[in-house]
Amino acid sequence: MSGFADLFSQYDILAAFLVNIELTLWSALLSLILGVILVTMRISPIASLRGFAAGWVEFFKNMPLTIIMVFMVLGVFGQLKFQFSDNFDTNFFWLAVTGLSVYTSAFVCESLRSGINTVPLGQAEAARSLGLNFFQSASIIILPQAFRGAVAPLGNTLIALLKNSTVAAAASVATETSSLMSTMIEYNANLIVTIFLIFALGYVIMIIPIGLLTTYLSNKLAVRR
Amino acid sequence: MTENTDAVTAAETADHPLVELSHVEKHFGELHVLKDINLKVGKGEVLVIIGPSGSGKSTLCRTINRLESIDSGDIRIDGQPLPQEGKELTKLRAEVGMVFQSFNLFAHKTILDNVTLAPRKVRKIPKAEAEKEAMELLARVGVDSQANKLPAQLSGGQQQRVAIARSLAMHPKVMLFDEPTSALDPEMINEVLDVMVDLAKEDMTMIVVTHEMGFARQVADRVVFMADGEILEQGTPDEFFSHPKTERARDFLSKILEH
Repeated sequence: MSGFADLFSQYDILAAFLVNIELTLWSALLSLILGVILVTMRISPIASLRGFAAGWVEFFKNMPLTIIMVFMVLGVFGQLKFQFSDNFDTNFFWLAVTGLSVYTSAFVCESLRSGINTVPLGQAEAARSLGLNFFQSASIIILPQAFRGAVAPLGNTLIALLKNSTVAAAASVATETSSLMSTMIEYNANLIVTIFLIFALGYVIMIIPIGLLTTYLSNKLAVRR
Repeated sequence: MTENTDAVTAAETADHPLVELSHVEKHFGELHVLKDINLKVGKGEVLVIIGPSGSGKSTLCRTINRLESIDSGDIRIDGQPLPQEGKELTKLRAEVGMVFQSFNLFAHKTILDNVTLAPRKVRKIPKAEAEKEAMELLARVGVDSQANKLPAQLSGGQQQRVAIARSLAMHPKVMLFDEPTSALDPEMINEVLDVMVDLAKEDMTMIVVTHEMGFARQVADRVVFMADGEILEQGTPDEFFSHPKTERARDFLSKILEH
């Protein structure tokens, strides 16, 4: 038990978790925006937009996240010389957020599409028959109902995102939890079980409330028909 | 100014019918659902389309605001050919009201929002003004007391009356009714038909697909009988119901009027 307290005093474990939370929040926001744009393209009447969005989703959905993250650092930053900031930490943080966002946007798009499938076709027909254009029907009628029908899959996507944020280590974000865990194991190999428990419990504690909240919201927001 | 526009409108309507379909053809894959449909509907006319299931009458109704595309032929609303896509089509749809079998009220919006949505977003009418008119329309169809409820809290008959009010809020030139009472419990059918009868009395141009023969007899100016994608006969309700010309129509009438 003393090992537990020692570890907490030696390392700033909470700060590491905070980095993952920050990565998750930014990526959630950006992937949500991207996902909404993608799903709007997927239901649009223009074939080329539908094709582009479908291609994007298939590409990122089937790509291992680690490869995207390594590409962000070695490809986007290393080869293409694109950088967000001269500060290394800030730069890698935003490269990781970008990688997580494009990856997660594919899953957000798929979740929203499953939500759109819960909206009866008649809703779109009624909107069109009243003279609403495509963007008005999508933004006022279809997507709000799709979001309410997609709370559960979106919650699962958020949970996956939070866990995936540990892959940011592959994008050289050295301050997040999995990097810190490796460091801690390296210097405190005798406490390896305790170290595992700390991080495992940390994630469980963060994720259980998300699950409970999505179940609650999913019922509360469900559209009564 | 007003006189001027009125004169122009009168001249226009004198020239051409409000809705005109000529040589309309449509297939669903192999199935030939509309065969050389020719139909004219004058201003203020109430046209009732009847026929057995699968005869193409709903499809015909839906082609008029292009919820269904057509393979060939020509559809004109107030002399203007039906646009294919885009702004022109949205503009036209705003002028053609549509009432569906399954009501299709926006499930996440209150009754009042359902009625004000299109006037505000399409016609850019200020909220207060749109709500005032919406309440008048809801009162007219007898559901003003439910204005702040969600559609799922209303009975089917009430929902359908709201759907009619929602269409009327756009001041359409013509109203399409696609089997408006077919999804209703029997005791609710009349409350919807009553609203439609009132509309007909106010000289609304109406195209009604229905199985309500009582309504057809009482309200229709003209009855169109369709079977297998074709218009087999048309005439006044009296002519059609008392002296159907085709064997198909006699057969259809005998089946539905027996009970």
